[in-house]
Amino acid sequence: MIKIGKKSYTPLGILWIIVEYVSLIFFGLCAVVPVVSCVITAFKTETEYQQTNVMTLPESWLNFDNFVKAFNTANMGRAFLNSVIVMVCVLVVSVILGTQLAYVLNRFKFPGNNLIRNLYLFASLLPAVAMQVTVFNIMSALHLVNTLYGYIIMMCGTDVISIYIFIQFMENIPVSLDESAIIDGASYWTIYWKIMLPLLKPAIVTSCILKGVGVYNEYYCANLYLMDKKLHTIARCLYTFVGPMGSQYNLICAGVIISLLPALIVFILCQKQIYSGIAAGAVKG
Amino acid sequence: MEAKKSMSPIQWAKSRKGQKALICVGFMIIPLLLLFVFTYFPFAEMVKFSFYKMKYTTPVEKRVFVGWKNYIDVFRRDDCFGALKLSLFYVAGALIQLVLALYLATILSFKVKGGNFFKGLMFFPYLISGIAIGFIFKFFYTRGFVLDTILQWCGFELENLPFWLKDQAVNNWSLVATSVWRYFGQNMVLFIGAIMSVDAELYEAADLDGANKFQQFIYIILPSIKTIVTLNIILSITGSLSAFEQPYVITDGANGTGTYFVIMNEIAHTSQKVGLASAMAVVLLMIIFVCTILQNLFFKYVFRDASSEDESYKAKKARLKAEKAAQKAKKGAV
Repeated sequence: MIKIGKKSYTPLGILWIIVEYVSLIFFGLCAVVPVVSCVITAFKTETEYQQTNVMTLPESWLNFDNFVKAFNTANMGRAFLNSVIVMVCVLVVSVILGTQLAYVLNRFKFPGNNLIRNLYLFASLLPAVAMQVTVFNIMSALHLVNTLYGYIIMMCGTDVISIYIFIQFMENIPVSLDESAIIDGASYWTIYWKIMLPLLKPAIVTSCILKGVGVYNEYYCANLYLMDKKLHTIARCLYTFVGPMGSQYNLICAGVIISLLPALIVFILCQKQIYSGIAAGAVKG
Repeated sequence: MEAKKSMSPIQWAKSRKGQKALICVGFMIIPLLLLFVFTYFPFAEMVKFSFYKMKYTTPVEKRVFVGWKNYIDVFRRDDCFGALKLSLFYVAGALIQLVLALYLATILSFKVKGGNFFKGLMFFPYLISGIAIGFIFKFFYTRGFVLDTILQWCGFELENLPFWLKDQAVNNWSLVATSVWRYFGQNMVLFIGAIMSVDAELYEAADLDGANKFQQFIYIILPSIKTIVTLNIILSITGSLSAFEQPYVITDGANGTGTYFVIMNEIAHTSQKVGLASAMAVVLLMIIFVCTILQNLFFKYVFRDASSEDESYKAKKARLKAEKAAQKAKKGAV
């Protein structure tokens, strides 16, 4: 926060303060109303939903029937489990692979170093949706369609941003640290494992947040590659609400709110890291 | 040289040079394998497929080579290339979003009551999955539901309101608004970060000189964050070309809301015209590629002086630091 010592109460200054708060409240409401309307509807009973206006508050805020029903019908418990499995695997693998690749690219000079960097840069230009036209073919050829591990492998492969975050961060770790470790007889593996990885912790947190949000919310590929109901992740699972529940918005809204809760909890717990993660992720452009 | 050649493989592996080579190969092989299998190989396949008439299930020998026909179709068919016009809506939306984000970021960078609360409120939509947003806004825009109710509170008559997702005059704007709703908080957080990195002394000095907030914005904030703003404008153009999620989940591309990628997705996975879809993808990649090159040229041209300014600024900072240190040292000595 930029703090300014002297406060000026000129008419213009007061007008500006009013404009400030009015716009904050207005856009704050814009951001929150669609979600709030969903929360309201999720607490309504079937008859209430049909007879009252959508913005009328529900009779009881303790009516959790819709949540229970949505959770059970769509088998969201299983979906949460799948999402957690996918997220943990993807995050662990991409942190290990990403830091290793960044370590090699940043610390060693070898022919092809720049080429590899450029290959990753170019890869970041290819839109994921367009690539799926042919990735689909490869996934089927490798028998990875309709398996959780296939989906996990694919999600690990499309990782560009975290590599850039790692490389950027490593540039600020002095090389003299490596050199003194080498004099002490450390191998490159030890340097990576005992020096680099612990020092990279902030960058790892950042990349986990960015990647985690992406993986938790990913549904396009989940939709393509995870047809089996047992394999649905949470975002894919929400998609099943289109069919059987049609326009039963009280159930759909309950499902949406359930899927939001983990994101909300994580957001409240680590706001600061998320904000700085967003800022760091943008620097790479 | 001779000595090295006569080394046994084990000795070589134990030497520094050997270790270096081993660690390079060991650390890079899996990421590069993944990169090739899931990015470059599909990319090559895509270019190849774009010259064939085929389905996913067509055996290799039955695929028909059709030359440039798929590419000609992309430009001829109304549903393909015409869909690119829709991205103009998204470009407009992206510009509105940037202005809005910049405005709110400026407000939130100064001390306001509840600033963090508002920031969180406006940022949170970014963390919601596209599919959940789809449901939320289908519900939001349905006739007589949330948006209509709110507008009725404001004094509008329901009969005068359009069908937000069906009426072709407004439905693309409805979708664009959803996209703005989802991303403006993220842009705002980004801009707040950039504004915060400006030297606070500048604001203090401006305040002492009697500059108002508007002048501070024009003369201090805008010049110092112009790089990130321009970058975001350009990114939003490439982003708009590949707009996909909102129309895909909210309207499924119905009633003239099918953007280029929605159509491509349908052609690929529903009608299984893989060749045509590949050609579409390649055409869009070319456009994005050209945009990126233009962007790089633009940056080189516009910011070629800026870097030298930066340097003088850094030098100034370094000098100030040195002076402070000298003063401290003096105090210590006294």
